[in-house]
Amino acid sequence: MNRAIALVDCNNFYVSCERVFRPDLEGKPVVVLSNNDGCVVSRSQEVKDLGLKMAVPWYQMKDLAKRHGIIALSSNYSLYADISNRVMSLLAQFSPEQEVYSIDESFLDLSGIAVEHAQYAQQMRETVRRCVGIPVCVGVASSKTLAKLANHVAKKNARFSGVCDFNAQTEPELDALFAAIDVGEVWGVGRRSTVRLNAMGIHSVLDLKRTSPKRLRDEFSVVQERIVEELNGTACLELDDVVPDKQQIICSRSFGTLTSLLPDLEQAVVAYASRAAEKLRQQQSLAGGIQVYIRTNPHRERDPQYQQAVLMPLPDPTDDTRLLCQAALHGLQRIYRAGYAYQKAGVMLTEIIPSSARPRTLFDDVEAMQKSHALMRTLDRINRNMGSGTIRLLGEGTDKAWAMRRGNVSKRYTTEWAELAVCAARA
Amino acid sequence: MTNLNHSPASPARRVASSTLLSLTHPNKSMFERQRALLRKAVPAGFPSPADDYVERRLSLDEHLIQHRESTFFMRVAGHSMRELGIFDGDLLVVDRSVPAAHGSVVVAVLDGEFTVKQLLYTPKGKVLRAAHPDYPEVVVKPEQDFSIWGVVQWNVHKV
Repeated sequence: MNRAIALVDCNNFYVSCERVFRPDLEGKPVVVLSNNDGCVVSRSQEVKDLGLKMAVPWYQMKDLAKRHGIIALSSNYSLYADISNRVMSLLAQFSPEQEVYSIDESFLDLSGIAVEHAQYAQQMRETVRRCVGIPVCVGVASSKTLAKLANHVAKKNARFSGVCDFNAQTEPELDALFAAIDVGEVWGVGRRSTVRLNAMGIHSVLDLKRTSPKRLRDEFSVVQERIVEELNGTACLELDDVVPDKQQIICSRSFGTLTSLLPDLEQAVVAYASRAAEKLRQQQSLAGGIQVYIRTNPHRERDPQYQQAVLMPLPDPTDDTRLLCQAALHGLQRIYRAGYAYQKAGVMLTEIIPSSARPRTLFDDVEAMQKSHALMRTLDRINRNMGSGTIRLLGEGTDKAWAMRRGNVSKRYTTEWAELAVCAARA
Repeated sequence: MTNLNHSPASPARRVASSTLLSLTHPNKSMFERQRALLRKAVPAGFPSPADDYVERRLSLDEHLIQHRESTFFMRVAGHSMRELGIFDGDLLVVDRSVPAAHGSVVVAVLDGEFTVKQLLYTPKGKVLRAAHPDYPEVVVKPEQDFSIWGVVQWNVHKV
């Protein structure tokens, strides 16, 4: 029997999340901006229809936004992550095998599910819409690459009503569809490959499908060869149903305003290291080292430029916020140079191992480790129950002059008791 | 609260009872039960007669939340539902997956705003009824922007 792989993709995910709790935004042009309100990262259909592109710096389009009454929101990742988790666990009910591919996309294996797949996919759409309020589109096909493409077709052509099943279409029908899609839309074909493929006379998906795999292998690599196999319906990529623990945990952000002061950088580094340590404990791991980096703004070409990173190895793998922050601060002091306007700092935890795999030594201070463990668990529990950042190291500072700019951020409706949506009982 | 030192993730703890813990499956409720058993089992002495009866403590989440994915909490503002026991500042447990029946208390979206009301299907059409003598019924007009956001399953009221 034919493989059937579905790709479910949320439409305009961040904007859709905002609309769940702001029904007044329905039908209005809305964008969500990246951290520090830099670029557009999600657009409602109304905004797409205005011809506004992704990743455009917001300041460049303020006039246009004013003219069309576009509403711009800062990104609210606490909300998006919770809604995403809900969507993914709803979708998990539709298949024994799921791969969560990104915050708003999931593969599902439908092979062997003996119902009409297009109808089944409509049920998924209806369920997610009703239960969480998020619109999704579904593409079904015999390989992951084709499923991605089917999803693209479902999204772009209203006549498919949000579901496109390539397996239910004939070869000529598919070829007609593929002839009309740019080769750059294929999963795994990047901008640079597109240019090279175009130079080889390959412009549409159909062109690529009909290229001999061997020719691509000679010109590119086995990856491109595999794409052609997948376009021809041979599944080469399996579903990764187990998400591996992260081998690196990164926490870095641009500052709201440039700063040249060491105390500001120290506060930022402590805040990022604390956040990274929290993530580390969530996946029950320990880190053997912490890297710190700082940099100036490379886009301000007239400013003196500086960037530096340093890796601080830890004597023992740990998940203790205090030890990680201490190491990070030592690192910062080594790389900090006065006289530069810094725009960004970050920390990265490395040499991550599961807590259970920690090597034991003769000199382990068991009592200190027990205390540290209890303290970190308590810290996490309080922050989980009372709101993140309720208890934190003083080193993070209290004013945070450097903190991210988020001019118009919505409430954390599903993760903070103090920020629940309000329901009127007034009329 | 369970004793913090007895977490399965604690390295120190594992030194003491590594064989026992390595048998556990990373399933939370199972961990909790085994942990509770371990606490009793490790020290020498007479075992508690209650050991065979260790069960998971009741959780209000389980009681109030039937569908985890589709349940949301909302805060009430206003007094119009007081005769149904819903007061200003109360916490509503709202399930989006449940169909709204005649008489359901619902969170509706009326002209872009959340409102909590009792839903009635009548010959006049859908009616939103408040539970307070000062607030008249609202008949939903076809041209109005109206939808049901979710059905109120529980109201949590501070005594």
